[in-house]
Amino acid sequence: MMFEFDNNIPIYLQLVEQLKIYIISGKINPGERLPSVRDLALQTKVNPNTMQKALVELEELKLVYTERTNGRFVTNDQKLIEKYKKEYADELSKKYFASMESIGFNINESIKYLKSIGGDK
Amino acid sequence: MMKLLECININKSFGNKKVLKDINLIIPRGKIIGLLGKNGTGKSTLIKLINDLLTPTSGKILVNGKEVGVESKKIISYLPERTYLDKSMTVDQVIEYFEDFYDNFDSKKARKLLRDLDLDTTQKLSKMSKGMQEKVQLVLVMSRKADLYILDEPLGGVDPATRDYILDTILTNFNEGASVIISTHLISDVERILDEVIFIDKGKIILQSDSDELRRKENSSIDEIFRRMFKC
Repeated sequence: MMFEFDNNIPIYLQLVEQLKIYIISGKINPGERLPSVRDLALQTKVNPNTMQKALVELEELKLVYTERTNGRFVTNDQKLIEKYKKEYADELSKKYFASMESIGFNINESIKYLKSIGGDK
Repeated sequence: MMKLLECININKSFGNKKVLKDINLIIPRGKIIGLLGKNGTGKSTLIKLINDLLTPTSGKILVNGKEVGVESKKIISYLPERTYLDKSMTVDQVIEYFEDFYDNFDSKKARKLLRDLDLDTTQKLSKMSKGMQEKVQLVLVMSRKADLYILDEPLGGVDPATRDYILDTILTNFNEGASVIISTHLISDVERILDEVIFIDKGKIILQSDSDELRRKENSSIDEIFRRMFKC
């Protein structure tokens, strides 16, 4: 895992976001055991306390859970993963439409444009 | 939890010049803390006081609840701004020196870290580049099993790749339950690894905050906040 950070945004929020992407994209599998906080912190080059905070947040989102003696695991709840995936896709799409609007495309034009450049794939 | 370090109403003057004014500070265990300030604002003086190399004009400094002295020196591992090592010594000699000097120095760990650097330990310090000397110093300091690591400008005058190495080495090697104080003015390079920041200016502490909390409140990086606050 290698993350890029933007110093303008709280680091733990960026970790939550990046780890969420790893989970919804399947880079980390449902039910997979996560490395220890310290190892994750070392891999991503952040402070262990910051990583701990991010993992607690992911626990609150139910995307990971702790087994008391075995460590932390990614959820097995496929429906929940799908839900977060859809939420994230919505967010990305909204960003796309907002950016297109800023250069004068309305929603229909933006969709048409997307189709026109994605059509040959 | 017991406070690791506490500064109570510290004042320090050199002659008529007040260098530190009413410093009150608590450092808990298990944190990486940035002591941030422009050049000449009292950072190094404060660090020397904590290391009992200077005596405060008034006030008290407690480490693990006891006033600083012989006992606190055993559990504080200090990287000074300027090296105190004799540069005619080889790295092997310096390692032996540290072994003699500090009960908590882990020479195996030091040797392992130095091996990772591909360093010839029979070489004299004076024959090595500045960057390499800084790395050796840091390895020695981080190879002590200390409660508190105090690093005064560990990134001064080294290239960005060496900076990354230094930050990694700090992150990887501080003991669980120990704390690290990093003094620097190169904020953008270190801010990612800091739990807390302390801003010091004209001998006074003007801010102590959780770093992510500060970013959230101000919507910007610590570096940017610092620049805005201390615009010349």
